[in-house]
Amino acid sequence: MSALSKRSVIKLAGWGSLAAAAALVGCGKKEEAPAAAASAAPVAAASAPAKAEPLKVAFAYVGPPGDGGWTFAHDNARKALEKELGDKIVTSFVEKVPEGADAERVFRDMVGQGNKLIFGTTFGYMEPMQKVAADAKDVKFEHATGYKQAENMRTYDSRTYQGAYMAGVIAGGMTKTNTIGVVGSIPIPEVIRNINSFTLGAQSVNPKIKTKVVWVNEWFNPPKETEAAQSLINGGADVLMQNTDSPAVLQTAEKAGKYAFGWDSDMTAYGPKAHLGSAVINWAPYYIKATKEALDGSWKGGTGSWWGVKEGAIDFVSISDKVPADLKAKVETVKAGLKDGTFEIWKGPIMGADGKEVLAKDAVADDKFLGGVNFYVKGVEGKIPGGDKK
Amino acid sequence: MLKLEARPEQSRLMAIGSPLLALLITVVVGTILFALLGKDPVRGLYIFFVEPLKSVYALTELAVKATPLMLIALGLAVCFRSNVWNIGAEGQYILGAIFASGVAMTADKSTGGWIVVLVLLAAIAGGMLWAAIVALLRDRFNANEILVSLMLVYVADQLLSYLVYGPWKDPAGYNFPQTITFLKSTQMPRLFSGFRVNAGVIIALLAVAAFWVLLFRTYAGFQLQVGGLAPAAARYAGFSSRKALWTALLLSGGMAGLAGGLEIAGPLGQLTPYVPAGYGFAAIIVAYVGRLHPVGIVFSSILMSMFYIGGELAQSRLGLPKSLTGVFQGLLLFALLACDTLIYYRIRWQAARPTAAKVAAISTEQKVA
Amino acid sequence: MDSIALLLAATLNAGTVLAFAALGLLINERSGIVNLGAEGMMLVAAIAGFAVGVSTGNDWLAFAAGAAAGALLAAAFGVLVIWLNTNQYATGLALSLFGAGFSAFVGIKYTQEKLSERPHFSIPGLADIPFIGPALFRQHPMVYIAIALTVALAWFLYRSRAGLVLRAVGESPESAHALGYPVRRIRLAAVMVGGALCGVSGAYISVVYTPLWVEGMVAGKGWIALALTTFATWRPARVLLGAYLFGGVTMLQFFLQSEGVQVPSQFLTMLPYLATIVVLVLISRNKAFIRINMPASIGKPFFPGS
Repeated sequence: MSALSKRSVIKLAGWGSLAAAAALVGCGKKEEAPAAAASAAPVAAASAPAKAEPLKVAFAYVGPPGDGGWTFAHDNARKALEKELGDKIVTSFVEKVPEGADAERVFRDMVGQGNKLIFGTTFGYMEPMQKVAADAKDVKFEHATGYKQAENMRTYDSRTYQGAYMAGVIAGGMTKTNTIGVVGSIPIPEVIRNINSFTLGAQSVNPKIKTKVVWVNEWFNPPKETEAAQSLINGGADVLMQNTDSPAVLQTAEKAGKYAFGWDSDMTAYGPKAHLGSAVINWAPYYIKATKEALDGSWKGGTGSWWGVKEGAIDFVSISDKVPADLKAKVETVKAGLKDGTFEIWKGPIMGADGKEVLAKDAVADDKFLGGVNFYVKGVEGKIPGGDKK
Repeated sequence: MLKLEARPEQSRLMAIGSPLLALLITVVVGTILFALLGKDPVRGLYIFFVEPLKSVYALTELAVKATPLMLIALGLAVCFRSNVWNIGAEGQYILGAIFASGVAMTADKSTGGWIVVLVLLAAIAGGMLWAAIVALLRDRFNANEILVSLMLVYVADQLLSYLVYGPWKDPAGYNFPQTITFLKSTQMPRLFSGFRVNAGVIIALLAVAAFWVLLFRTYAGFQLQVGGLAPAAARYAGFSSRKALWTALLLSGGMAGLAGGLEIAGPLGQLTPYVPAGYGFAAIIVAYVGRLHPVGIVFSSILMSMFYIGGELAQSRLGLPKSLTGVFQGLLLFALLACDTLIYYRIRWQAARPTAAKVAAISTEQKVA
Repeated sequence: MDSIALLLAATLNAGTVLAFAALGLLINERSGIVNLGAEGMMLVAAIAGFAVGVSTGNDWLAFAAGAAAGALLAAAFGVLVIWLNTNQYATGLALSLFGAGFSAFVGIKYTQEKLSERPHFSIPGLADIPFIGPALFRQHPMVYIAIALTVALAWFLYRSRAGLVLRAVGESPESAHALGYPVRRIRLAAVMVGGALCGVSGAYISVVYTPLWVEGMVAGKGWIALALTTFATWRPARVLLGAYLFGGVTMLQFFLQSEGVQVPSQFLTMLPYLATIVVLVLISRNKAFIRINMPASIGKPFFPGS
């Protein structure tokens, strides 16, 4: 091959790619034309007895559906939603949308694609959703675990602390060293509340326990979660709970012959010997309610929903046979009490870790109080990263 | 068999053709990947290469994404040309964002729009500071700048985390790790209403021109380049390698910091733990694919942005996984490096070695003739 | 005392991950090639090992798969760098970036999978000695293999002919070439062996250390391993000690947290990386020291006189 023909090969390649690109643009336009024709047809048909076009519902996930934890739970609920409402809706999702500037683009694209109900499944989507909501007044936005609302945006959350409490009851009864541990994710009120509820639950059956906490500062990082769990075990904890999203903590407990719980989803399979029970979130009831409201026009923005055991959003499942019957019964009693509203987890007297009373005798914490929890209760060791702010 | 033969001088054609060829290879592999995944390859390519260009909104989003890549890559181009391997641009970007936020937080209702200038200057300072650490350790202690700059990325990330979880946390933010949303006065002016693109794009384009002048029209730029291409010659000519080291690192650190500051004064509007977006690493690919040339970098940053945005769109349109973007980007760089050899070598067929029999036959023929 | 013993045990475990990768990179660099693609190779090996572990249930096959994946990627890197003379740093980076994306892509199917139950390893008798038992003798066999590998490598490098040739190639490929040694093939072999060991490390992470797959799970250990070889001035025994040191620092930060030490956790998380920088500075300070120990031809392309 002479150098000259090499040159022409390269030229050909260059022109070829340009040509291919041009062809693609041309092809693309052709695709749009039939698509436009297709959407014109249903409109024509709609003048006859109309079957309403399916509502397009979109989900933005912060992680992959395969994380076995947080996003997995959301995706399961999305599938349940599809099953429930069938051809009245069409769902789609985008995974691993980073919390930040990129999220705004994703939400705008969802709006542009014709979605009328959009779920953002993590706190960090709050600002992007607000911005897009302001520009797309006919689209309904649902934001998980946030606190900003608008006319066409509302928030929803689940009372994970109830699951944590029930886990605590079992932990308090099963620990032999009276030291239980929590692998903490990010020190926000939700997680601190969970640590506290776990401790309160354990104290209700075993006042002597103390709780050790180690923070990994991420929601999902299995190698780090493993190391954190190991260090808790090294420190004497024999029952572990987590607020992180992977089964790594459970697996570490399994390897070390200790106990642990599943979190967000049922994690029995990941540590059959270590698993005592799983605190799971079921988003399906809320998703179905919200979508039904969007379909029949009763959806109203500006509110926040916080669902728990009562509404079917939180459950504690797969309690192991190793747990003695009376302990199991206690958990069931608590669950029943949460369901019918007769049992309150955050009822005084509750002491803070600094010795001051945070909740007077017989006082019941309201949602505002619970939403701002950033102190440890008595029995939890250590300090919250970033400092306590009372 | 194929043999590589050194060219007497670099092929100018291949200097431009190599990135195109690498892109072609990436596209071909991509097509195969799409087909293997059971998706329509044409539609897949369309989503990656055409959709991000389809509307004005799409083009502005492309600009928003390309701006930080362009800025960082310009600085890295200077670095790599000087043979200084700054892998830690991501950390310098984070520090730029941190410093920018620090200044932005001092604004109150009465502050005028001039504070934006301070915000950006602070960002540049932050990035420079972080890069200066690398330069210092290399200059004084001969510590390898690749490893130091990289380790500093992790340190910067933790520093950011500490600030947003601790002292800089928004007191009204329900204890969530983020600062206050910065006031409008600290934000860059938008170019067109309704779109996110802001004056940062102008800054980036001006930077392209400035760097072009620096590299190809100034003595300093000449020194830097010679220092990278032929260090012995540079030493002989008296070009200070120490000056080159500091210039390269401070320049690239400042650019990375500026990119971080523009994100704070632009699309982000506050400091969160999610500021590190991987631009510092993607910019390395941008710099290379752009042939370390300012004009080339404009094109390669647009290309890279198309990969990012196309990857997002491919998820919602085709259900393709997000990691595909990373595969394409890595593949592009690999292909580019391989194709680059064609700039220095040409491929020749070498005739098989004549066997003894053939030689004998030929010489017999010759004798007869 | 018990918790200190457990901390030691965890340190050995964490250090083994780094040790395999760093020893592999040491072989690489002894031949004069710097492979910045360690992180990418480890990631691909992690998913390869995990996938094989899930489908066969056999740890050793998983390690072999990881080694094969690492060697394969290293071979691709080697061809580019040794025969096409592409820039070593850029090519290595490309390998890291590609490996990250590729492993994430391939691993999508495996994020929900788990491995069958791991057996508990302990050396009978020795494991029951108070303190030393739990600290040293309840480890996965790979921990001991890493130690054996270090010894073998030291012997190879300093007492065997082949090791001498390798070091010669690293010091002066031109001289070695003049002496008739197939420099490029030796370098390729070194790169591939290095890749295989990085692969073993990656598989160890996903099969033993954290028996899961999640994208990016190597979390920077490849880069730390690279720093380690410099820190250890390219001597196997120092690499092993350095690996344990770094493994220890990582475990230390959680240990301190759980003991209630009042330092913000982010600063504790920074520790391993700051430690790396400090160590790099200390080692590199003495230029003569470095020059004596560093293979002279590192990073430079080799052109057999054509």
